[in-house]
Amino acid sequence: MGIHTSVDPETDTVRFLSPEGALCRPIPSSIGDELLVMLYRAMTRTRIFDGKAVALQRTGQLGTFASALGQEAVGVGAAAAMQARDVLAPSYRDHGAQFLRGMTMAECLLYWGGDERGSDFAGPRLDFPNCVPVATQIAHAVGAAYAFKLRREDRVVLTFIGDGGTSNGGFYEALNMAGVWKTPAVIVINNNGWAISTPCARECAAASLAQKSVAVGIEGRQVDGNDVVAVYDTVRQAIEKARAGQGPTLIEALTYRLGDHTTADDATRYRDPELVRREWTREPIARLRAYLTRKGAWSQHKEDALQRECLEEVGQAVNAYLGAQPADCNAMFDHLYAALPASYSYQRDMARRFSPRNGGGHG
Amino acid sequence: MAELNLVEAVNHALAYEMANDESVLLLGEDIGVNGGVFRATNGLQARFGCERVIDTPLAEGAIAGVAVGMAAMGLKPVAEIQFTGFIYPTIDQMINHASRLRNRTRGRLTCPMVLRSPYGAGIHAPEHHSESPEAIFAHMPGLRVVIPSSPARAYGLLLAAMRDPDPVVFLEPTRLYRLFKQAVADDGESLPLDACFLSREGKDVTLVAWGAMMQETLAAADALEQEGVDAEVIDVATIKPLDVETILRSVEKTGRCVIIHEAPRTAGFGAEIAAEIAERALFSLLAPVKRVAAYDVVVPLSRLERQYIPSVDRIVEAVRSAMEGS
Repeated sequence: MGIHTSVDPETDTVRFLSPEGALCRPIPSSIGDELLVMLYRAMTRTRIFDGKAVALQRTGQLGTFASALGQEAVGVGAAAAMQARDVLAPSYRDHGAQFLRGMTMAECLLYWGGDERGSDFAGPRLDFPNCVPVATQIAHAVGAAYAFKLRREDRVVLTFIGDGGTSNGGFYEALNMAGVWKTPAVIVINNNGWAISTPCARECAAASLAQKSVAVGIEGRQVDGNDVVAVYDTVRQAIEKARAGQGPTLIEALTYRLGDHTTADDATRYRDPELVRREWTREPIARLRAYLTRKGAWSQHKEDALQRECLEEVGQAVNAYLGAQPADCNAMFDHLYAALPASYSYQRDMARRFSPRNGGGHG
Repeated sequence: MAELNLVEAVNHALAYEMANDESVLLLGEDIGVNGGVFRATNGLQARFGCERVIDTPLAEGAIAGVAVGMAAMGLKPVAEIQFTGFIYPTIDQMINHASRLRNRTRGRLTCPMVLRSPYGAGIHAPEHHSESPEAIFAHMPGLRVVIPSSPARAYGLLLAAMRDPDPVVFLEPTRLYRLFKQAVADDGESLPLDACFLSREGKDVTLVAWGAMMQETLAAADALEQEGVDAEVIDVATIKPLDVETILRSVEKTGRCVIIHEAPRTAGFGAEIAAEIAERALFSLLAPVKRVAAYDVVVPLSRLERQYIPSVDRIVEAVRSAMEGS
């Protein structure tokens, strides 16, 4: 596959479904209704989870949380194209992808609720935990992909980064190495338009973020990130290419963050509500529902059942999260090193002595 | 048993481990064909191939970052940072990821990587090639910081660093790379981490140092012997986690302590050792703990660097002052 010298958002953006859910081009025959319904269910599940997580935060039952409202198609579409043996290196807003990978909702809540056990996924065991620093995870993905390539393993690493993250030097450094080493890595830019309050136009003067692939000699693609079919199909192709030893791909998914940056943010301070209303007409879930409904593959009855099912699943996860006892103070020391160095015993003993569980104060 | 200098000992340790553990791989700038600017990796690419001895793009942050990713997937990457002045871009990856991956995932993923770098002043190098940032790394929970002071310790400690299940920052005193040779058995025997070495026994004063400063410290101990002062010398070797018990035992025996390091004085690692002694062995002391450190200045270019590095005379004077304090 040749190297793209440019990516033009007007002509090169991959899209199958229009905002109204009409077909812009034929969906590949390999993508059947069953898969589309699975993608729809996964996006809905993510949205219902997000709504509940924000409500938990608002009522003081969860820490700061980063909702994926409006951009469910990016995480779901990308993760659906992965195999279980592949590895995900997420950013901090990619639970839509992580749920499909096998991370449980209860684990996600534990993490945002302030408990490290939320990153000890029962599965997938090799996926990276959430990456809160911006752009550092791209290097992890490239290093992990190098390990697979070195061992001739048939595995690919997929990583996400936000639009703001592409301004960070770490993004470019790692992308450059991915290109030189032709590692089996797929880098997905989740361009939701905003780096907290800074719009994409203030982050980057290039016509697209996918163009950043040109300078490092890898292929760049741009997709409509609110079209889960486009995300899935493009990522699937990139993963197949990586698996075949053809190197990495940078994919820019154009979406929109319909919510605040996190629950600690108030987007009404910097965002025109009229623009947000317009973006609600382009969001991914209604779009796919319209398409599936028109095809006869979805109905109000199925929708009602799905909503009930998701609410029940989320409710069970919330109960599991709220019922989890906080870890003992030893947990701060238990996983710092493989074995706690002798010099740490004094500090651990002090933590134990001052732990409220052992009758200590609030120290 | 071969007579090796320190950089050759590093090379032998890398080669031994690569031959015996196929998960070990090396990455860094100019480490392949060129064998590293100091030749620490000389001949290793020819022996182990381009896939395991990788010449990386010039990007220190990503070198550390890809090492984190490799380590998480079961490799044991040994990343070289060409000079310590260029190690600062790795701090983001080392503090935010390498040091925390085990803790963050409750042990599900780990990061058994080594970040190697030539370290310290005294070789007339250009600006940014002579820094001593050990205290910065020592401040990061979850890391090990190891500094050898001789070829034999470089060999044994580097093997231990590569076999350690957690990330290790391994700082190699550039000044010692070719200063002297020592008999080193290339037998794969490692030395213990997290342990100070008693380099010289004595009863009057404890001298604590590490890395290249062991040269001046041992020379000062010899000079003090002529004055009738019997100095005990401790090579800290692993800065973090610190084997404070060995230091305390020595100070309780001698009643006096002088700490010597090449890094700037303020918030240098000597302050940590002095504080531990003050908290836990104060009443054994016959005199205040002294620090002989570099000044709180930018490492000067070569014409002044000998005045920057603590000298034998400065150490001897500090010990004399400690001896008067009884």
